[in-house]
Amino acid sequence: MSNEITIKIDGIEYKTQEGEYILNAARANDIFIPAICYLTRCSPTLACRICLVEADGKRVYACNAKAKDGMEVTTTTEEILEERRAIMEVYDVNHPLQCGVCDQSGECELQNYTLELGVDSQSYMIPDTKRETIEWSSILHYDAGLCIVCERCTTVCKDMMGDSAIKTGPRGGEKLGKEQKSLMPKDAYAMWNKLQKSVIVPSNGTDQTNCSDCGECIAVCPVGALVSKDFVYTTNAWELKRVPATCAHCSSGCQIYYETKHTSIEDKTEKIYRVTNEWNYVSLCGAGRFGYDFENRVEGKDKEAFDRAVEALKKADTIKFNSVITNEEALMLQTLKDEFGKKLVNSDAYAFQQFLRAYSKPAGQILYGSDFKEIMKTDFVISVGASLRNDNPNARYAFNNIQKMNKGSGLYFHPIADSLISDMGKNIVTFAHKVGQEEAVLYLILDLFADKSKLAEDTIDYINSFHSTKTVIVKEKVMKSITETVTDKATGESKEITKKVPEMVEKEVEVDVNELVTLVGGDSKFADTFTKIMKKKETFSLIIGEDLYYHPKAKNLANLVALIETSCNMKVAMIPPKTNSLGVALICELDESEDGYVVGYNEIGDFEISALGSGDFDIPAMNQQEGTLTNMNKRVTPTNSALEYKGYELNDLMKSLGCNQDLTIDWTPLLASKRGFISANFDDLPNGYTNSGEENRGYALENLMKRDSDFEVNKFDDSIVLDGEIAYRCNPQRQFNDFTDKTHQIFESFSLYASPSKAKALGDKVEVNFGKESMVLGVVADDRMGGDIVSIPDFKSDKDVYSLFGRDRYKIVTIKKV
Amino acid sequence: MSLEEFKNRNVGEQSYRMLDLEHTPETGLGKFGQVAKRTVKGELFVGLWVTLREMKNALFGGKMHTIKYPLEKLPISPRYRAIHDMLRLLESGHYRCIGCGLCEKICISDCIKMDTRYDENQRKEVSEYTINFGRCIFCGYCAEVCPELAIVHGGRYETASEQRASFSLFEDMLTPIDALKQQKEFDGFGAVSPNADENIKKTPLAY
Repeated sequence: MSNEITIKIDGIEYKTQEGEYILNAARANDIFIPAICYLTRCSPTLACRICLVEADGKRVYACNAKAKDGMEVTTTTEEILEERRAIMEVYDVNHPLQCGVCDQSGECELQNYTLELGVDSQSYMIPDTKRETIEWSSILHYDAGLCIVCERCTTVCKDMMGDSAIKTGPRGGEKLGKEQKSLMPKDAYAMWNKLQKSVIVPSNGTDQTNCSDCGECIAVCPVGALVSKDFVYTTNAWELKRVPATCAHCSSGCQIYYETKHTSIEDKTEKIYRVTNEWNYVSLCGAGRFGYDFENRVEGKDKEAFDRAVEALKKADTIKFNSVITNEEALMLQTLKDEFGKKLVNSDAYAFQQFLRAYSKPAGQILYGSDFKEIMKTDFVISVGASLRNDNPNARYAFNNIQKMNKGSGLYFHPIADSLISDMGKNIVTFAHKVGQEEAVLYLILDLFADKSKLAEDTIDYINSFHSTKTVIVKEKVMKSITETVTDKATGESKEITKKVPEMVEKEVEVDVNELVTLVGGDSKFADTFTKIMKKKETFSLIIGEDLYYHPKAKNLANLVALIETSCNMKVAMIPPKTNSLGVALICELDESEDGYVVGYNEIGDFEISALGSGDFDIPAMNQQEGTLTNMNKRVTPTNSALEYKGYELNDLMKSLGCNQDLTIDWTPLLASKRGFISANFDDLPNGYTNSGEENRGYALENLMKRDSDFEVNKFDDSIVLDGEIAYRCNPQRQFNDFTDKTHQIFESFSLYASPSKAKALGDKVEVNFGKESMVLGVVADDRMGGDIVSIPDFKSDKDVYSLFGRDRYKIVTIKKV
Repeated sequence: MSLEEFKNRNVGEQSYRMLDLEHTPETGLGKFGQVAKRTVKGELFVGLWVTLREMKNALFGGKMHTIKYPLEKLPISPRYRAIHDMLRLLESGHYRCIGCGLCEKICISDCIKMDTRYDENQRKEVSEYTINFGRCIFCGYCAEVCPELAIVHGGRYETASEQRASFSLFEDMLTPIDALKQQKEFDGFGAVSPNADENIKKTPLAY
């Protein structure tokens, strides 16, 4: 699909890919073409029209015109400069002169381009319209007065996040006089005409957005119109120190910058004011952007607690931890296992590790073959076993981006219906199958996509056993010819005329009936829909979610996934359950259950080592320490400490236990002893993106190949299908762990989440009985959810939700009103 | 006289002229006679003339040249850079500072700090503002960069105090609201040039 071509920009030859937009080709080659409304990875908006260039003598918009072989592009001519200057003058008409207080504080594209194009006087005018400042949600603060309606926010919300929570609405501004048209360049006039008619409004018709509060609209805003509510007027951008890091909340491991400054004049301690990102190349979720104040502040080194911690570690039989942990810490814990025989228990990574291992044998590689960046480039995506909206924001963005940018299609298999997913595009088919039918789902995928020559006889027979043919009567429209004799009244001549008349004819047709489709909850028309959404699709991908790791038949599922990967020409990627589950799964040898004296590492235990500030011994939180994280794109990425930490860390404990590494980051090169990792010093790891969007962060894990003997896939087991009142272990959006919960801008509560109808039936508060134990939870209606299954979050470690659910993600429970 | 002539140190070759001075009296009577002669001649008043004239002007003409410091102070040049003043808007009495942070940024001795917040009127409020006068070198950059001429250098040049804090808070530097009428427009370092109007291109307004 990608062919290298050569284009000439301003007389110099450059190489680029066929089908690439001129603007992106130029940017990748460090050539500047001004553009305000265009966002890499999103569809061109054509709102600003400033990226005007000449290609082969014709005026085109660089963000919208694709490069062709041998094309000659001129980025500036007299005319174009005149047009661009007029556009910038129009943007400056009535723009409030409050740059002195504006939160963009100079990082403003309106300022930059005004200066770049040398606008030093104004030739246009129109009466201003009063535009109010509105708080769209508890996070989003929109100052319509400053807005230049470039629509970057709406574009990113639709094309990347999938919320489509904002759109352009009427501005109520003065109409542009017709005579203006002759007085100014035509693109500037067209842009002004549109600008004068619109502002940004929430798309649900109210003045409150109904979205996941990701704040990506804030990040992309070129002016200071969109700011987070807590940040408004607190500091100037230039005061902030930018610390490149990796987000510690989920397995996406996005690159972020923590921006810090002293708290106030009285309090000189550093504080994180906001989190920013390279929004052209990576999109954050609400947890990443707003969940930053989870640091563990300690006064100093507590020697007594330290001694107690050393004793506790010596005495410990089990260390219980979760995956909000760096690779280095994981390696330290594994060293404790190797040296002292401690048991390592990690509820989220264990199931994933087992699944990966089961998968690696038949697949012949230790890691899943693809990643989410690759998946984003495909045009047909399938998601199985993941609650995409809640489990992993980047997997969801990929699913959405494929629909919007690649004219893609999608299949979404999940027991809980989610209206967000079906709203992402017209070519998405969602299946709300029964809990426990994931095997049937994978068989259906095999049936639909597999190259049958690569499958074993048994498997083909098994799949074919679900097919039957049925004769159905279909009504069909047929054009029928009718010959009539018509007599012309005037002349009395009669003529024969042949007419074509449509007629409904009943016809018997042999139809293939796929039992698998019905089994997983698909409707009878699926076959037709499927042929429709398969049109012109070339690349396929599969997202595997957490449900499969916590499945009673996880091993068989892993085999099936491997079989799909080898026989379907499909890119497969898995969503690691928590932040560094993948790293932990590769580094640690995990045990199934705990026993004896338990030291909890950010978890409950007899002795608690915790970065939450509530434990017996304090360690630094993720934004206070250096280290590496392994993300779902199979990359080992560095994170840095944004805030000072005055106490002890795990490495100090390790030193007193006889492992002499001077600093935590001295463990980074030692990771090489584990499969996939390489020996690299922490300080050599880059953390950024190049102009062409290439990810230059840390290093990619090596996916070692290892061909194993033949394997068999088992038939699916219908006996494990759950029926009744079912609870699903799933966090609300923006909540991932104790740390997100600790931050002040994330307030999704620890409650039972249910569809509006179910929530109504349940009342305000319920007791959920898991058999032996029960818990009392408030009920929150989630209007995106459908069906009767309820969600119970696991982000609070002290509630120990993992042990309530055991080795499953779905559980039969009894719920009663309290 | 050319330079060469000065450099010639051979005494006697130059055209020196002897002064026609009286002989210094040697006897007691002679000395008395010289004193009496000089006294009567009034040469002293030639020297005292300026002093006496100024004394007359000061006492009777009202042209006093000294002041009663510290009760009185001399006016100081507008370009002098002493302790900062924070000015108010004459119309509303609100302080002029908009909290843009430019003075904080430009300060080369890093002695200005401010805290700002979003207030109830949707404005940027300067909630806290300090200058550390232990570090300030009175370079005047803050006054020059201030887009609102809100921070200017005032005339308070006595920088000795029991506490530095007596200068460093916003309220101390701010024009007292009751003295708003006496607030003078700053025309020192960073002030608008007298011909500023001529240099402005006007923006058309559709009203």
